Amino acid sequence: MSLVNFTAREITCKIVYYGPGRSGKTTNLHYVYGRVPEARRGRMVSLATQTDRTLFFDFLPIDLGQISGFSTRFQLYTVPGQVYYNATRRLVLQGADGVVFVADSQARQLDENLESLQNLQGNLLELGVDIRTLPVVLQYNKQDLPRELILQAADLDDALNFRGVPSFPADALHGKGVFETLKGISELVLKRLAAGTAV
Amino acid sequence: MTAALNAKFTFDSLVVGAANQLAATAGRTVAENPGTSYNPLFIYGGPGLGKTHLLMAIGQAAQKLAPGLNIEYLTLEEYVEAFHAAVAAGQGDLFRRSFQDVDVLLVDDVQFLTNRKEMQAELLRLTEALQMAGHQMVLTSDRPPVEIADLDERLIARFAGGLVVDMAVPDYETRVAILRRRAEERGARFQPGVLETVASAEFQNVRELLGALNRLIAYQAVNDAFLNAAGAKQLLGLATGAPDAVPARAPAGDEFGAFLEDVTVTVGKAVEAWRARVGEAILRWEGEGYRTHRLEALLEQETPGAVDAVIAAFAKDVERLRALEAEVTALDPQAAGQSMFRDPERLGEARELAAKVQSGVAPPPGPSGAFPLGAFAVGQSNQVAVSAVRAALERPGKQYNPLVLTGKSGLGKTHLLHAMGLELAQKRGAVVACLSTQDFVDELIAAIDGNRMDWWRARYRRATALLLDDIHLIADKDRSQEELFNLFNLLQDRERQLVFTTPAHPKTLDHVEQRIRSRLEGGLVVELGEPDRVVRRAVLERLLAQQELGSDEALLEYLADRPAESVRALGEMVQRVVTAAAAQDAPVSAGLARDVLEGQRPEPGRRSTGVRTSGLVVSSLGGIRSREKMVWEWPDVLDRMLEELR
Repeated sequence: MSLVNFTAREITCKIVYYGPGRSGKTTNLHYVYGRVPEARRGRMVSLATQTDRTLFFDFLPIDLGQISGFSTRFQLYTVPGQVYYNATRRLVLQGADGVVFVADSQARQLDENLESLQNLQGNLLELGVDIRTLPVVLQYNKQDLPRELILQAADLDDALNFRGVPSFPADALHGKGVFETLKGISELVLKRLAAGTAV
Repeated sequence: MTAALNAKFTFDSLVVGAANQLAATAGRTVAENPGTSYNPLFIYGGPGLGKTHLLMAIGQAAQKLAPGLNIEYLTLEEYVEAFHAAVAAGQGDLFRRSFQDVDVLLVDDVQFLTNRKEMQAELLRLTEALQMAGHQMVLTSDRPPVEIADLDERLIARFAGGLVVDMAVPDYETRVAILRRRAEERGARFQPGVLETVASAEFQNVRELLGALNRLIAYQAVNDAFLNAAGAKQLLGLATGAPDAVPARAPAGDEFGAFLEDVTVTVGKAVEAWRARVGEAILRWEGEGYRTHRLEALLEQETPGAVDAVIAAFAKDVERLRALEAEVTALDPQAAGQSMFRDPERLGEARELAAKVQSGVAPPPGPSGAFPLGAFAVGQSNQVAVSAVRAALERPGKQYNPLVLTGKSGLGKTHLLHAMGLELAQKRGAVVACLSTQDFVDELIAAIDGNRMDWWRARYRRATALLLDDIHLIADKDRSQEELFNLFNLLQDRERQLVFTTPAHPKTLDHVEQRIRSRLEGGLVVELGEPDRVVRRAVLERLLAQQELGSDEALLEYLADRPAESVRALGEMVQRVVTAAAAQDAPVSAGLARDVLEGQRPEPGRRSTGVRTSGLVVSSLGGIRSREKMVWEWPDVLDRMLEELR
């Protein structure tokens, strides 16, 4: 997938929200969806089970309009977090320009976070992508939960952020940190243009 | 003179957290051992963070530990006022001495020393005196000493010599603790989570935090009901529950708009101006169907040098390709439309192809040089035709188009046709197609055979004039008629001269399509008559000159008087006389000619009802070869079969 098409003057960023089940990936997308003017967003496609778990994936296209003469579009995807949907995850991950890893800040979810992170790395490898070359940011979601239940951002950085990528504490349900995260990944992705690695 | 210490402000009621721990510890130490450890103690911090509370707590703790101590608390303003009053009363020295006896001096809000040189000097003196006497001094300010504008350097040094500590905004936990304690002190009870909700709001100082608590207490008292967390939030106008662990500002306003702005800046940086220019060029040329590898390669570079030069060179190459393609299209439409004409990187190939096409496409067969117009004998019998030809030559394509020369065989139609072709060919840029209809048909068949119809058509469409001899030979050749029809229309539209010869008037041509006949008739049809004496004499003169008999006037006159139905018959006549003279080994003379020609009946003409041709076939190489005019014997059956097959 070409990120920047100078011929058609298009920039298309595919950003995938990855993370363990129930970490708040879909919540992120819902919040963004709610903040994007109607004219700018496409229909949010969400395939969920009866209990509101993402079954396949969510897809939210956003049209940022003309930027520097380029018609710019963001495509936000989530993957199903449940362990047994790995094939879907890999499929969605294909051609991603950037990944937002949504971690669950709850202390008891640390293992799931780690597992999902390893799963991300593994899936990327199978797609022939080295995670070190792909723009990735971390989001520590659910920071609104009682302190005794969650790990602080610094602790989560120690536990998950081996590469020292940008990390964002968030409360996706109320929107805190959602756009900060999106902005963070967008900057990383778009900066690759300047580096000339995309096209 | 001094304000009383507020009994509520004790160490016990001071909630200590990370933000004020150092200050509180220092304060306790000072209260326990005044004048010995940190002297002076300078405490600074924003308003409402508990400086005054700490100051008074120190005073009360010290008083409690050593009730005999002389402890003074006052604000700087009070100090200044008292000083001014004392000075005014002439008791300045007494005032100074009274303060020198204070064991623990607590001065609040010393930031107001700004621009008060006199007071600064007084305070400096007092500080030195108290320190000398081992008395404790504690000061508070909303900013550190160095930031108090215009503060005497010596005072700064003094303050720094003791301990300068700050009090910061309490953290979440401290805020919760403060709220809980205050609520307890006030005897107020709250539902679980309410105080935490209030604490999670980002109040700038404790005073505001306590103000919020007061509102909650008042609300509950008035309504006689307990607030829940959401209600508290609403009451206090807090947007969303937001722990201070999330550094981001509360989501408010147009988050998407802000995001869009950020992305715009990032994209702007990424997509530099030169990239945009290259992108534009690629878009333009790709839109026109050209390959843009060269420009795309530019984009892969970090900082390409002469972007504009490359774009300009590319545009130039495209122009060259276009010119070449146009050239090739005109010569050979089949060769056009090849991919190399869409790829500036293959300009070389395109050039080669153009050169090949140029050399490959020979112009259509031209007129024979053997028939100059000047050599055409003009007499009454062909005067009209020659005049028509000359008029047509004056304004080719516009005057008489088409021009159709009719007349029996051997009257000079072919000569006149080629003569006209020669004249037309002299014009600049002229491409004159002048050939027999038979050759025209043969070429067409060869083109069909070689699958080169486009090439064949292009070849004739280039012609600035088309002159076809013996157009009646196109009879029954449907495909040829079709092609001729199209060519005729095209050339006529472009005002290019069309000339045809035919033995009979076009309307009598059998097996020629009506649409062609009518077009021929639509031009000027002129007939060449049997040669009159003037023509005969002129022709004979030339023929005899060729045989080196030109000086025999009697022979010339005799021959010219003899009737001849065609110019060609004159040639045969001369030939017979010359042959007979050679056989008899006698000189050619008028007498010999009379014997030869009148001794026997002239042979009857071989004319028949069949279709006749001029009998002169002019090759495209310009030479002439004689050929029997036996059309009915011509092996064109095969051609026709081939044509019909296609």
